[in-house]
Formats: sequence, structure tokens, C-alpha cells
Amino acid sequence: MAEVSYKDLSVNGLWKNNPAIVQLLGLCPLLAVTGSVVNAIGLGVATIMVLVISNTSVSLIRNVVSDAVRLPTFVMIIAAAVTCIELLMQAFTYELFQILGIFLPLITTNCVILGRADGFAAKNSLGPALYDGLAMGMGFAAVLIVLGGMRELAGTGALFANMDLLFGSLAADWKIVVLPNYEPFLLAILPPGAFIFTGLIIVLKNLIDSMIKKRQDALKERPIKGSKRVRVTGAVS
Amino acid sequence: MALMRLSSPHAHGPASTQRVMLKVLVATVPGILILTWFFGYGTLVNILFGSVIALAFEALALKLRGRPIGFYLSDLSALVTAFLLCIALPPYSPWWLIATGMASAILLAKHFYGGLGYNPFNPAMVGYVILLISFPVQMTSWAAPRGLAATPGFLESVQACFLPATFDGITMATPLDVLKQNSSLLIEDLWSQNPLFGRWGGLGWEWVNIAFLAGGLWLIQQRVFTWHAPIAMLATLTLLSALFYDGGSSASGGSPLFHLLSGATMFGAFFIITDPVSSAVSLRGRLIYGALIGALIYIIRVRGNYPDAVAFAVLIMNFAAPFIDYYTQPRTYGHSKRGEQ
Repeated sequence: MAEVSYKDLSVNGLWKNNPAIVQLLGLCPLLAVTGSVVNAIGLGVATIMVLVISNTSVSLIRNVVSDAVRLPTFVMIIAAAVTCIELLMQAFTYELFQILGIFLPLITTNCVILGRADGFAAKNSLGPALYDGLAMGMGFAAVLIVLGGMRELAGTGALFANMDLLFGSLAADWKIVVLPNYEPFLLAILPPGAFIFTGLIIVLKNLIDSMIKKRQDALKERPIKGSKRVRVTGAVS
Repeated sequence: MALMRLSSPHAHGPASTQRVMLKVLVATVPGILILTWFFGYGTLVNILFGSVIALAFEALALKLRGRPIGFYLSDLSALVTAFLLCIALPPYSPWWLIATGMASAILLAKHFYGGLGYNPFNPAMVGYVILLISFPVQMTSWAAPRGLAATPGFLESVQACFLPATFDGITMATPLDVLKQNSSLLIEDLWSQNPLFGRWGGLGWEWVNIAFLAGGLWLIQQRVFTWHAPIAMLATLTLLSALFYDGGSSASGGSPLFHLLSGATMFGAFFIITDPVSSAVSLRGRLIYGALIGALIYIIRVRGNYPDAVAFAVLIMNFAAPFIDYYTQPRTYGHSKRGEQ
């Protein structure tokens, strides 16, 4: 494997190869628990921690595990990490733990985590593997939080409700009522809303990408008109 | 598809999208008039406001997609969607409800999928269902029919649309809703004790349905669509409600006549399920499509959680329409049934 730069890892995790809106992995928790910002942060942080732990451990043992048993081994490692996080959340943020319910243990089956373990950590040394876990986790969590914010705003007209579930009594009055007298728009909070808003985020990402590309193309030098080129196939622009 | 068995010259059929849509609009007029007579100006205000909003959203979507705006606006399809959705909405709906519904119908159900002709689901029904599951309180309060409550005038109706909560107390459960909630009265007692039930399908509702039936029959006569889907739907609904009538018990699902002439039956049969884009295409397919919608309407009305079921039944069958078409492909001329030459 060629040497990887930390900058590339960040760009990949957060934008170019974002697990949630480019690879479209781990959609089950993404769609299920992003009804509000606090749920999204809870699940996002849990996923980041699991990704970092699993990537680190997988990278450390990558030379001693044979190819034949690597997947079961990775899954066991991930499951162990998830169990730790789950117990931690049960201890410190019990109410959020109850809200997230089955989706905490289900992080084990999140394709992002196994995908990074097998696709990246198993082939790279400790530093890049750890950093890749962090970047991918941040990318996933960022989408979770944006989606949670959009759905909470559209669904209830407020933002950051019940933040005390995660940050203690200090955060009890963080709730911002953006639109007073707002009629709750249930669709945004129900599962169909998750699909629609995820689609909108993907649209937004592609739109930004195409704008960036257009700008770069405009900067590039145009070929001189009349210059002879060998025509291969397809249309020549 | 009928085979052309004549030699040229052929007369060109004058049916353009615009003409077809215009005929559908005209055919809704009797139904709208009867709705207005029995439930006040609410539906009319819905339609006026909804049409403006729908055309605005259509123009916006066309502009964003870089399509010719005038050309697509003048095919009147957005206007038909607006009429159908606004007829289905309860009278005196607030403006934001109508606007949300139109955005869902025109932007989400129609233009996200590629515009007219590409939408797998009926846009008006997508808008209706999104509103129904998002705002159940506003969507299940229907105005009381003339004779049971004072009907507000035109100005009051406009105010109800644009000012917050101007009046309540003129809404009432629909007959379908009362019948669903009923657990103690026999069918006969229900009809004799509650003036809401009218003669057959509910006060006002029976005439609304007859008016939509008349409009629909005119459309069949004008060859806007074939009889297959509506007749199959109405026949199945009649059959099922007759089979499970159980008139001597309080758990009765209602008589066939009640089901045919209440709620959105005729409106759905002639104006919703006949949408040429989202329904099955082959004639045999349309029979199956209509029949299954009829069955779903009866099942959801009697056993489901919502009082009326046309929108849900239509959306579910929209999913199935390509599948039905796949298995009901007509035989190509010159080929045997199994596709051999």
C-alpha cells in the first residue's frame, strides 16, 4: 500500500468518500435515530469511538490474523468495542441509551465499521488506521447531526431540544425555538422524512461538487482551436 | 393496443395533453359545485389558492430544471393535480396545509422523478397522504354538511384559509368515520337516528359522489380513459361490501350502496385511479389494477385505522402497476402467446 497522507484521509472521510452520503453505508441507524440533534450526536459519538477502537485494534493485529479468519475476528473486535460503548452510555447517559435502544448494539453490524476495518485498517499501520477511523467517524457523525438538525427543525420548529440527556443539566435550556406556533410536521420525524432529507443532503453535496468542478474547469487552459488530436471514441468536447 | 387495420390516409386524433387535461378539469366541475353547495365555499377557496400555488411550484421546478416554462405550464397537468388535491383536502384548510401539500405533490412526487409522464405515483395522492400522516388533526376534520350547521359565507371561508384558527365547531365526523367508530348501534338505527347518514351514503356525500360519477361517465364517453379500471374497482368494492355486509350486527362494514356513495369512492374511481401515468397500461392490467384498488379500499376502510382509504389504496397499487403490466403484456400480432413466431 502506498504511503497515505493525513490530509487525504481527512478529505476522504469528511467529504469525498463520506460513508453516509457517498458510500451510503450504515443507513439503518442514519435513518432510524436522526429525529433530533441530541439523538444524532449520541449515535454519532458512539460510532466515532467504535470506529477508532476497531480500526486501532485491527491495525495492531493485522499481521497475526490469517486471511481465512479475518472477518470473524474483526466482527468480534467490533462487537467488543460496541459493548463497551453501550455499557458506558448506560452508565452515564441512561435516558439517551433508552431512546437509542436497539440501534446502539446494531452499530456492530454497521457496514461502515467493518468496511473500514477490512478495507483500510487491515492494510495500514497504526497511525493512518487510527486517523482514518476518526475521519470516517467524523464524516458519518457530521451527516447524522445535519440530518438530525434538519429533521428536528422541520418536524418540530425547534432545535437542540433535550440536550441535557447528553450534556447534563447544564444544557437543559439549550433548546432554541426557531419557529414559534409551528404546527408539528410529523412526516419529517417519521421514517419517510429520513429518506427524503437524506436525499436532499446528497443533492446538496452533488450540487456543491459540480460547482467546484465547474470552477476548476473554467480555470484550466482551453485547448487551442484547430489543434489536431487523435479521435478515440465517443464525443470530443 | 388496438391494431390499425385500415390503410392510409389516417385521421389524426386531436387528443393532446392539454385537451385531455382540460376535459378532466371540466368533468370535476359538477362535483365541485355539489361540494360547495353542501359544505360551503371551503373547497372553492382551496382550489383557487391551490391552483395559484401549484402553478408557481410548477414554474419554479421547470425553471430549476431548465425546461420551457410556458410549454409545460400550458399542458394544464399542474392545474389538474391542484384541482384533485384540493377537492380531496377538507374544506377550510389553512393556507400552509395547502402549500405543503402542493409542494409535496408538484416538487416531490412529480418533478423529483422527472416531471409529467415519469412519476410512478399519483402526485395528488402523494400530497394528500403526506399531509394525512403529518397533520392528522387538520386532515380528518371535515366540514359539517348544509342543514346540520351554518355554512360560512365566501369572505369567512377566505379568512379561514389565511388567518389562524378563525372558527371551529363547524367540523364534524364523516359518515365513514362514524360508522367505523360505531360499536353499539345497528345499521338501521344508525341511519334512522343520525341525520348525518342521509339516504344512502351520507348527507351531501351521496350527491357529491353522484356528481363525480356523472363527470366520470362523461370522460369515458369522451374517451379520455377506458371503463376498465373504474368499473373493476367499483365492482370489487360492491362485491366485498355485499359479502361482508352483516347488516344485523353493530360490527357491520356498511352496505354496498353506502360504500359506493360515500367518501371519495366515485372521485377516486374516475379521477384518481385513471391517471394514465401511474396506473397499469394494458386493458387486462387495468382490470386487475382497479379490482385490487377496490379490495384495498374496502379492507382499509373497514379494518384500517383511517376512515377513508382511496389515497392509500391508490399509492400501494401504483407500486404494483409495473409488475401488473409485466404479466399482462398483450400478445404481439403475428406471435403466439408464448412469444414464438
